[in-house]
Amino acid sequence: MELTTERFKRCDLIEVTGRIDSLTAAQLEEAFRAITENGRFRIVFDMSGVQFVSSAALRVLIDTQKTCKRWNRGELVLASVPQRIYESLDLAGFMPLFKFFDDVVEAVGSF
Amino acid sequence: MPSAGHLPVGLHLTLPMDTKQTLVFPGRFDSLAAIREFITRAAEAAGLDERAIYAVQMAVDEACTNIIEHAYGGEGRGDIEITWRTSTDRLTVILRDYGRPFDPTGVPPPDLRASLEDRNARGLGLYFMRRLMDEVEFEFTPDSGNVLTMVKYKEAAP
Repeated sequence: MELTTERFKRCDLIEVTGRIDSLTAAQLEEAFRAITENGRFRIVFDMSGVQFVSSAALRVLIDTQKTCKRWNRGELVLASVPQRIYESLDLAGFMPLFKFFDDVVEAVGSF
Repeated sequence: MPSAGHLPVGLHLTLPMDTKQTLVFPGRFDSLAAIREFITRAAEAAGLDERAIYAVQMAVDEACTNIIEHAYGGEGRGDIEITWRTSTDRLTVILRDYGRPFDPTGVPPPDLRASLEDRNARGLGLYFMRRLMDEVEFEFTPDSGNVLTMVKYKEAAP
């Protein structure tokens, strides 16, 4: 799994390429935490390069969303989610919990 | 240890319809990538389509994570023995561990309609296994440990 982060004026962007399983989910969690511990809670997760997600990854997304949305201070939104990954998120009942954007520019622009 | 896990790609086409392989992996999260490769070759040998292959990858990943976290109570405390078998209409995957007995009835189903605050995201692993595979069966005996048998049919169940 490869992970890059980018800081914009109004939000932060995380991009992951590869597979998020119980091993690599810890890295993802750390990356999200590095942002929220900086007092920044508007995050775009670019999932276009994600090939696999396990429930460990979904736990990280839910925990991060809870942190971001607390006191209405922000939100984690998901961008460019591949079909197979989207189906897993749907199976886990994620649709009401996250905003989905077709592309990253649109997601970044939503903040 | 069977060496068939290292067959070159494509050779499975010449194998008979019924094929079986077993490999033992250390019960650690850094085994998951190798397990995924092993099980992907199995799913391809069984002739599953791409969608079914992904389902098997995910179910096996969740099963192994459960074994590491719950049966063994952490990484590096025991092995996971994985056997796969193909037949004309299905792929069967059998996972064995020697950790604590696992009782699936003790795991409450996840509440998928709970609000964000009430989501704990636990119990999703078992839920995914059951949703993604056509058969999921747990057995425990003191001699043979936890034996989890999962089946995926070639024709996806409705």
